[in-house]
Amino acid sequence: MMRYSRFQTLAVILLALSGFIYAMPSMMTPEQRDGIRKSLSFLPSWIVPHQAIVLGLDLQGGSHVLLEVDTASIIRTQINGMRDDVRRILREEKIALSGGIALVNRGVSLRLTDANDRQRMLGKLRDFALGPIATRTGSAPLMAVDEQADGLLVLTMTDAGVNEKMRKAIDQAIEVLRRRVDALGTTEPNIQREGIDRILVEVPGLQDPRKLKDILGTTAQLEFRLLAETGAAPGDVETMPYQEGGGSVAVEKRVIVQGEDLIDAQPAFDSRTREPIVNFRFNVRGAQRFGQATTENVGRALAIVLDKKVISAPRIQTPITGGQGQISGRFSVEAANNLSILLRAGALPAPLTIVEERTVGPGLGQDSIQAGKLAAYWATALVIGFMLVTYGLFGIFANIALIIHVVLIFAMMSLLGSTLTLPGIAGIVLTIGTAVDSNVLIYERIREENHNGRSMISSLEAGFDRAFATIIDANVTMLIAAVLLFIFGSGPVRGFAVTMILGIITTVVTAVTMTRMMIAVWYRQARPTHMPF
Amino acid sequence: MKLLRIVPDHTTFGFMRFRRYCFPFSALLSVISVWGFFFITMNFGIDFTGGTLIEMQSRLGKADISTVREAAADLAAGEVEVQEFGTAGGVSIRFGLQPGGEKAQQAVMERVKSVFEKDYEFRRIEVVGPRVSGELVQSGTLGVVLSIAAVLVYLWFRFEWQFAVAAVIATLHDLVLTIGFFAVTQIEFNMTSIAAILTIVGYSLNDTVVVFDRIRELLRRYKTMPASELLDLSINSTLSRTLMVSLATALALIALVIFGGAVIKSFSWAMFFGVVVGTYSSIFIAAPVLIYLGVRNAGDIESADGVEKAGS
Repeated sequence: MMRYSRFQTLAVILLALSGFIYAMPSMMTPEQRDGIRKSLSFLPSWIVPHQAIVLGLDLQGGSHVLLEVDTASIIRTQINGMRDDVRRILREEKIALSGGIALVNRGVSLRLTDANDRQRMLGKLRDFALGPIATRTGSAPLMAVDEQADGLLVLTMTDAGVNEKMRKAIDQAIEVLRRRVDALGTTEPNIQREGIDRILVEVPGLQDPRKLKDILGTTAQLEFRLLAETGAAPGDVETMPYQEGGGSVAVEKRVIVQGEDLIDAQPAFDSRTREPIVNFRFNVRGAQRFGQATTENVGRALAIVLDKKVISAPRIQTPITGGQGQISGRFSVEAANNLSILLRAGALPAPLTIVEERTVGPGLGQDSIQAGKLAAYWATALVIGFMLVTYGLFGIFANIALIIHVVLIFAMMSLLGSTLTLPGIAGIVLTIGTAVDSNVLIYERIREENHNGRSMISSLEAGFDRAFATIIDANVTMLIAAVLLFIFGSGPVRGFAVTMILGIITTVVTAVTMTRMMIAVWYRQARPTHMPF
Repeated sequence: MKLLRIVPDHTTFGFMRFRRYCFPFSALLSVISVWGFFFITMNFGIDFTGGTLIEMQSRLGKADISTVREAAADLAAGEVEVQEFGTAGGVSIRFGLQPGGEKAQQAVMERVKSVFEKDYEFRRIEVVGPRVSGELVQSGTLGVVLSIAAVLVYLWFRFEWQFAVAAVIATLHDLVLTIGFFAVTQIEFNMTSIAAILTIVGYSLNDTVVVFDRIRELLRRYKTMPASELLDLSINSTLSRTLMVSLATALALIALVIFGGAVIKSFSWAMFFGVVVGTYSSIFIAAPVLIYLGVRNAGDIESADGVEKAGS
């Protein structure tokens, strides 16, 4: 067992070396890392060590915001759409409806007393509910039709339908948020889905998260409508508050153009008043509609509505047919800037609520890194000293393995691109303590076998052999705890689990292979006759 | 060079004798811990209670806690906790969950920021809404329960069932005592504390498994040795390793307690406590429990005899 083939020796040395090489980029500046990547560009990029460990938000400072999509609002929008569709089908089929279309939980209902009409409508609704996509893919239908007593037809969304809508809404919201956050100009924001109805936004290095939250929390549904004229039918009018300065105003329910028809929006200054404004441009459809409406309504007041609040109500002086316009609303420079970002990025499919926020200032992050480093150095020094006074030469072997163990953790974290958090540093410090476990198990076993009268070489072999099963059992149990922590933990705690998992793997590898090799080489060279400890 | 030996060679200490004292002692501590958990309210962090935590640093070098306390009390409903934190001039403010859902939590934080912005730099802001905090409690508890179940199954496969049960008893003992430690010391219990507990679970099992491994080996080798003697032999022969590793880990954790900074101090202390308790339990709880579970019964005729002698 104490014989090591040249190939094995080479493999172990190679492993340790590559550990050092891949851990290196974390000690360098970004410029140096770029330099390495460029100068070795002829190699495949995964082979070149250029990735540094990603620091968690708790170490580099930044904001972590968890948003929840308003499920009820998405379903409401969907039901309204269903009502419009049913109305369209009725019109196409020329079926007259005596009552209205009622909104029910997750759907709409309508009553048709004429049996003929009802059967015809039922068939049409069934086709509609199945939809072209469901028919083609054979997946679960998104809507269901039900015929009830008294000629009542009910069209509702199925669970699959609700889930599908939620999935789409979240996808769309993530797209919009990404465009908005990118416009903030921060480096490497992370935006991802969490569970069914949540979105996690992580933005590193942001001193004040207020602006971030402002742009995350706004739906940004822009609408151009007309102010209601006196004497308009009450059913066509709704009252909306002004965004600034209080008060409210009656606005027509009909929407002329929506924000989705905008193709550009830029902050600017009004040439006359020097007031911050937002310049915008419509696409062809928007320009057409807007041109038509302004031509027909010269002299009336427009209502520019953002998220059900009236930003401004300018009078239409002349028809605006060029597809361009401007919004003024007593903005501050920042507000005009924000609004143009929001308009460019598009509207969210539903309002988002902040359910969790964690922000760490860069000062605290820097302090945590310093404290973590100091703790790690001291822990290493103490453990190394302890092993040295206990095992002497064998302690030195164990200590070399310990240092390679730490290097390997860093190398693997760099390669996997996993995140180092403060609890993660604590995890590394902890594995510095437990890393000697495998070595101690082996050494104590060797001593024991030697005391029981075995020869030097046979004790060494028996020590490694017998300790191996114990090492595996002891570490698998610890690994189970760490893996579950990874699954159930969140944020920084997950970072702790990662370092624990990597640490457990590398201690077994370093103790079993590296220490063994060092002892084998020593034995061959020194030919000792008795135990050195 | 004279090398250090923590445990002298050929130690034959009668650990099993102590089970008459250790079991009642641990039972008492466990009862106190459970009592503490229910009757001294734990200092739950906002991860689990929901609410707002703000850590700020005075720009003037010194913080006037009482002024901050007065000003903060007016900003939100319910109890407000204000205390010094970390280095000089550091203050932490904690608000409970505000009535009025997710939006109300954000509003409090904005008010705090506008009031203290001038004199303080904000180092950490955490707002946890009611929905998220509930889920964190759930996933944390689930994680601990599942890890114990998974280990039970693994040990069952690798050893006899008695070993699995004994290991889980010892682990639960450590878990209960650690929770008691949080209750008694009033150290904040948060998401990182769950991490600490799961690590303690892992560490304690690691220790226990090493002793069990030796017990299994000796059970095969000495077919007629009484259980109590055999367990003593197993513990003595692994004692050096157990103490060495515990000491090395404790040294690393002491470094973490002293130098790791205020943010993870509670985590470090909990881990340190866990290492001490985990070492104790694998020697004085896990192994002796095996006697009562009848470890010799598994395919050995001498068993009844052995347990009899051990009990006398």
